[in-house]
Amino acid sequence: MFSYAVKKVLLAIPLLLGVSVLVFMMMHLIPGDPARIIAGPEAFPEDVEALRVQLGLDKPLPVQYWIFLSHAVHGDFGRSIRSTRLVSAEIKSRFPATVELAVVATAVSLVIGLISGIIAATKQNSFFDTASMGVALLGISIPGFWLGLMLMLVFSYYLHLLPPSGRGGGLLTLAGWRYIALPALSLGVSSAASIARMTRSSMLEVLRQDYVRTARAKGLAERVVVYTHALKNAMIPVVTLTGLHLGFLLGGAVITEQVFAWPGLGTLVVNAIWSRDFPIVQGVVMLFATTFTVINLLVDLTYALFDPRVRYE
Amino acid sequence: MAEPLLQVRNLETTFFTPDGVVPAVDHVSLSVNKGETLGLVGESGCGKSVTALSVMRLIADPPGKIMGGDILFEGQNLLAKTEAEMRTIRGNRISMIFQEPMTSLNPVFTVGFQITEAIRLHQKLDRRDALAKAVEMLRLVGIPLPEKRVYEYPHELSGGMRQRVMIAMALSCNPKLLIADEPTTALDVTIQAQVLELMKRLRNELGMAILLITHDLGVVAEMADRVSVMYAGKNVEEGLVEPIFERPLHPYTRGLLDSIPQLHRDQVRLHAIDGGVPNPSQFPKGCRFHPRCQFAQDRCRAEQPVLTEVEPGHKVSCWYPLVAADRGVA
Ligand SMILES: Nc1ncnc2c1ncn2[C@@H]1O[C@H](COP(=O)(O)OP(=O)(O)OP(=O)(O)O)[C@@H](O)[C@H]1O
Ligand SMILES: [Mg+2]
Repeated sequence: MFSYAVKKVLLAIPLLLGVSVLVFMMMHLIPGDPARIIAGPEAFPEDVEALRVQLGLDKPLPVQYWIFLSHAVHGDFGRSIRSTRLVSAEIKSRFPATVELAVVATAVSLVIGLISGIIAATKQNSFFDTASMGVALLGISIPGFWLGLMLMLVFSYYLHLLPPSGRGGGLLTLAGWRYIALPALSLGVSSAASIARMTRSSMLEVLRQDYVRTARAKGLAERVVVYTHALKNAMIPVVTLTGLHLGFLLGGAVITEQVFAWPGLGTLVVNAIWSRDFPIVQGVVMLFATTFTVINLLVDLTYALFDPRVRYE
Repeated sequence: MAEPLLQVRNLETTFFTPDGVVPAVDHVSLSVNKGETLGLVGESGCGKSVTALSVMRLIADPPGKIMGGDILFEGQNLLAKTEAEMRTIRGNRISMIFQEPMTSLNPVFTVGFQITEAIRLHQKLDRRDALAKAVEMLRLVGIPLPEKRVYEYPHELSGGMRQRVMIAMALSCNPKLLIADEPTTALDVTIQAQVLELMKRLRNELGMAILLITHDLGVVAEMADRVSVMYAGKNVEEGLVEPIFERPLHPYTRGLLDSIPQLHRDQVRLHAIDGGVPNPSQFPKGCRFHPRCQFAQDRCRAEQPVLTEVEPGHKVSCWYPLVAADRGVA
């Protein structure tokens, strides 16, 4: 188990190095002179030159990359061009909101997705099965921003139950939950839909297996057969899918954050792109890649938790 | 007269599939006495597993349904029991082991967990005592280092070891009846012999009855007291092993016997029965065996024979049971 984990960690390193090259090159691949773009169209040529030296853009590319990398491993991506605050500080102020939304949305999608997927599988071809899978298909097809707007319309505008946008005071307060409910729900629904469909098909596959028959032949209650013997096997692909969703959400749910004015990384990065704030974009993309890698690592480890066979491969 | 433990009478199990109605088991009767081993034989697809799963009430519904008949176990009709009552019988008084040892154990739980489940459920032992009992069962079925094996997962064991684990699991609650559905078919020959030897030893030690499903008459000769032969969802012959092996009355039984390789003879002879098992959704009229039977006559094509006792304890379902002349000298 331990060597399995170490191997996975070591494999992640070249991946992150590759991403860092791409992130670094981003600045040099877009057309135009980065110093000129950063300085702005009205800057004097002397100022552009000074900026070029200040940013190290006059040095050869490999040297520039080395400087970028040695700073990046310490979490240093320079300063935001727009706000002149440290990129790390900007990210630090936004990341908690994104994590909070991602985790709550994933929890929502897991609860809804697992329960409806299991019921649909155990009552295959029943009304619940057909209805819930129909709804799931709808959930996958509906664009998240539209669902968000509809939820906002119903729960805020008509029913006045929940605030339409912004963030409350974290999850330890009631206000925090009231603010996060709608964005988490609108993000969670589409993940819930795909998790439900995955759970159902995985469950149906597992329920056909010989060891499920063995479990029944022991005299175990159907509840134990389904929730112990079948579910632990059926969870394996569901874990992967859930990790994937969580990874995406941790990169900032760009559109949903915009719709609900949620102060997370999504909003930050969109604004940074508009204003060509390279250091912020680089920092956020690097963070995204890192969290995604970490989540994948956690998925692999969870996988080993569910399936003893992978520990020995 | 021996006391019957299990009596199956006129069992009808039917599958309702999109491709049609499949009468997989059609008025099948058999009985297993206390402590006795009954061999249930027949070609692939003749309904042996469906009969066994019907006794356990484990036929998946849909598509399957038990349409009629009685299954008496210790005098009580299992078909009248509720699902909850059946659960107190399964794994406890009737246990079953399956053909596929590689896939019959759950890959994500330890061997110990899977054995203790039944023990904790039926014998109400706590975790620690159940584990001790599991270790004892593994030792009983001849698994080396059982204290260590209980913490291992199925993929760490060989096929033969897994089937031993299945046997340990099935016997952990001292069942009165063990249903063994082709317990050795998937194993290689030397392991087969070991597992059969083990089952024989345990049967004698624990005094249980066995319903032994197989298509290997060699296994029947080795293990069973009596044998019941099935063909296309029906009984064709039943009786003590010796008379049936010496004087089969049904042409199908004779065909099966003739297809055992006669290794001790000078030449190895494989006398397979011509043709194949008919598709259950379109069984032939009359005796279901007649298209493959060299003795078939007009009556066989028109009327279905019924199982009748022709000699004491020896039943056959055939209009023209074989006489010595037909049997020839095999
Ligand atoms: N779930 C099912 N749905 C439809 N038909 C089925 C189902 N299970 C069994 N059958 C049919 O019932 C018939 C008897 O099958 P069964 O498994 O009892 O055969 P068997 O005698 O055990 O054969 P084998 O030696 O191959 O194990 C087969 O024709 C099969 O097609
Ligand atoms: Mg079978």
